[in-house]
Amino acid sequence: MEAYVGYFLYLLSLLTVGGIYAIFALGLNVQWGFAGLFNVGIVGFAAVGAYTYALLTTAESTFHLGGFGLPLPIGMFVGMVMSAIVAAFIGLICIRLRADYLAIATIGIAEIIKLILKNETEVTNGPRGINKIPRAWEHFSEERFYSSWPMSWFGTPENWEAFFDKLPNWYWQPLFAATILLIMYIIYRMLERARTAPWGRMMTAIRENEPAARASGKNVTRRRIEAFVIGAAIMGLAGALFAQHLRLIEPTNTFDPAKVTFLTWVMLILGGSGNNRGAILGAFLIWTIWSASELVITGGIDLISNIFSTLDPSFLQTRAGFLRMMLIGILMQVILQRYPEGILPEVRPASPKAEKQDAGSMGETK
Amino acid sequence: MWEFVNYYFIPGLVLGCIYALGAIGITLTFGILRFANFAHGEIMMSGAYLTWTVMAIAAGAGLTLHPLVAMVPAAFLVILLFLGTDKFFYKPFRKEDTIKVVMASFGMMLIIRSAVQMIWGPNQITFVRGIAKPNATLSEITSNMGLQILMPNKHLFIFAGTIVLVVALGYLLNRTRIGKAMRAVSDSPDLAHVTGINVDKVINATWIVGGICATAAGVFLVMDTQMLETTMGFRMLLPMFAAAILGGIGKPYGAVAGGLIIGLAEELSAYPWIGDAPLLSPGYKTGVAFAIMVIMLIVRPQGLFKGRSF
Repeated sequence: MEAYVGYFLYLLSLLTVGGIYAIFALGLNVQWGFAGLFNVGIVGFAAVGAYTYALLTTAESTFHLGGFGLPLPIGMFVGMVMSAIVAAFIGLICIRLRADYLAIATIGIAEIIKLILKNETEVTNGPRGINKIPRAWEHFSEERFYSSWPMSWFGTPENWEAFFDKLPNWYWQPLFAATILLIMYIIYRMLERARTAPWGRMMTAIRENEPAARASGKNVTRRRIEAFVIGAAIMGLAGALFAQHLRLIEPTNTFDPAKVTFLTWVMLILGGSGNNRGAILGAFLIWTIWSASELVITGGIDLISNIFSTLDPSFLQTRAGFLRMMLIGILMQVILQRYPEGILPEVRPASPKAEKQDAGSMGETK
Repeated sequence: MWEFVNYYFIPGLVLGCIYALGAIGITLTFGILRFANFAHGEIMMSGAYLTWTVMAIAAGAGLTLHPLVAMVPAAFLVILLFLGTDKFFYKPFRKEDTIKVVMASFGMMLIIRSAVQMIWGPNQITFVRGIAKPNATLSEITSNMGLQILMPNKHLFIFAGTIVLVVALGYLLNRTRIGKAMRAVSDSPDLAHVTGINVDKVINATWIVGGICATAAGVFLVMDTQMLETTMGFRMLLPMFAAAILGGIGKPYGAVAGGLIIGLAEELSAYPWIGDAPLLSPGYKTGVAFAIMVIMLIVRPQGLFKGRSF
């Protein structure tokens, strides 16, 4: 029984983190898949969302600014808004230029955000980071939650404690995973709608042939900024969820560009850029590979250290993490060279009218 | 005054030299192959690690090598690395969208960094330990002139090395056939192709020049900071791109000027220009490069030396 609970919780954690990365990939899909904007500062937008969420929702603390203890949805929403503001700033400057410049600029903004988080010690507690970040559902058992309004209506603190004591201590995990998957689904539905709406078709037109789109009177720059800001807002939301999952965030290791940014990129390219379903599929697939590789490598280390008993196992352990990173890099190269379309190739959105007219003759779906 | 020169101006120039050498490779790749090579910083870092390895092997054989000597065989290995990555990872995308190569270079960055971390481990290492003493002769001569300049030997080596490399680069680009071909391809690849220039040869030459400069930049950086670690390539990436953009994409001299300006600006931003406090907290030094780059992109995207703008 215990073992099954373990497997169940492992599956739930796969779904949780996979879902968070799927939201990242969906955000990136708006920028890269829809509008062809090369954003490699995903980690920066994630950090903005995560830190905004953490500062707004944690309990009051002497280590960092505030700890305002606001309701969690407000924290997530403000995280999205902050991330969108940062994106608007960078978008206004660099969106007209060629894609490489946007890449450099987004790397720059991610580095600047990291510098701010490291140096503004009074606000963010510097390199030590913020801990005790409230997680959706889990914090219901905390005192400050059940003694505050509206929950104080429903029963005495003793009743709440008794209620949560009855539940297993992992009760929040299925709820948290379900929340993330629900948010992911909502974003997916909204983006699917945006993709087939005139806005999404215009985005495709701008990406494929910018002069033609400009000639037919589309405001190319404005649409690109829109896509960039929407994508960044989604990334900010994913960052807030990431903070909830981790409970402790700090500038350097949590927001390591090699992990967050590149994993998301590999996910989107593998799944198929331009295709929302592909983004989700790629995210879950790569995350499963990534976490399974940890198990495989741990097993491998055990095997090797059994054979070569003179070898220091800590030597292998420190190196094994880098091997996983290298595999991600090689995977990226292989996908780019062999399967540039991804698993689920992009399906061009067609207007419903066009579909009716050309039914059978044109095949506008591809 | 002497404090300004010794603690702000000279370190700024040293940093500028390092940025300049790194930016030469970036600007040449951008100009000739038309893509932003994000793996450049990691190649620089691996050059420094290879130099360390050459020194370690020589030390094992009972030979104490100066980093500048050990740099020579390391540069050969870096050139091989550059040509290898080009052959296997960049060449397949030559006829495709530029953005694919840029993405491939990101993958390359990840592969090289994790390979270095796997081989040499994540810990910091250094070429030589101990505090570098200022050059006695130089400080004596200058103090007789009323301005005491304190400069360790390593800084003198860095200046000399940079000057030699930049002069050699100037000779290559202006006097030799292959250098002229490189400039021609950078100006107009189609026209160059029509006039019978072997573009593949030019591309290889670009990687070789970039590889030599990158190794030198990496080794100089480690000589300056006495610290060899795996994230240094990524840290250098943004200032080097800023230098290349500031100087104008495709202009090697622009990259040198841009590198010097960025390096000086970063160091001088911490000088107490107004009052006693530093103008900008030293923690934000690397942000200066970004600020200069953004201002440049708004005001004059073609850079100081009229490079290409996109």
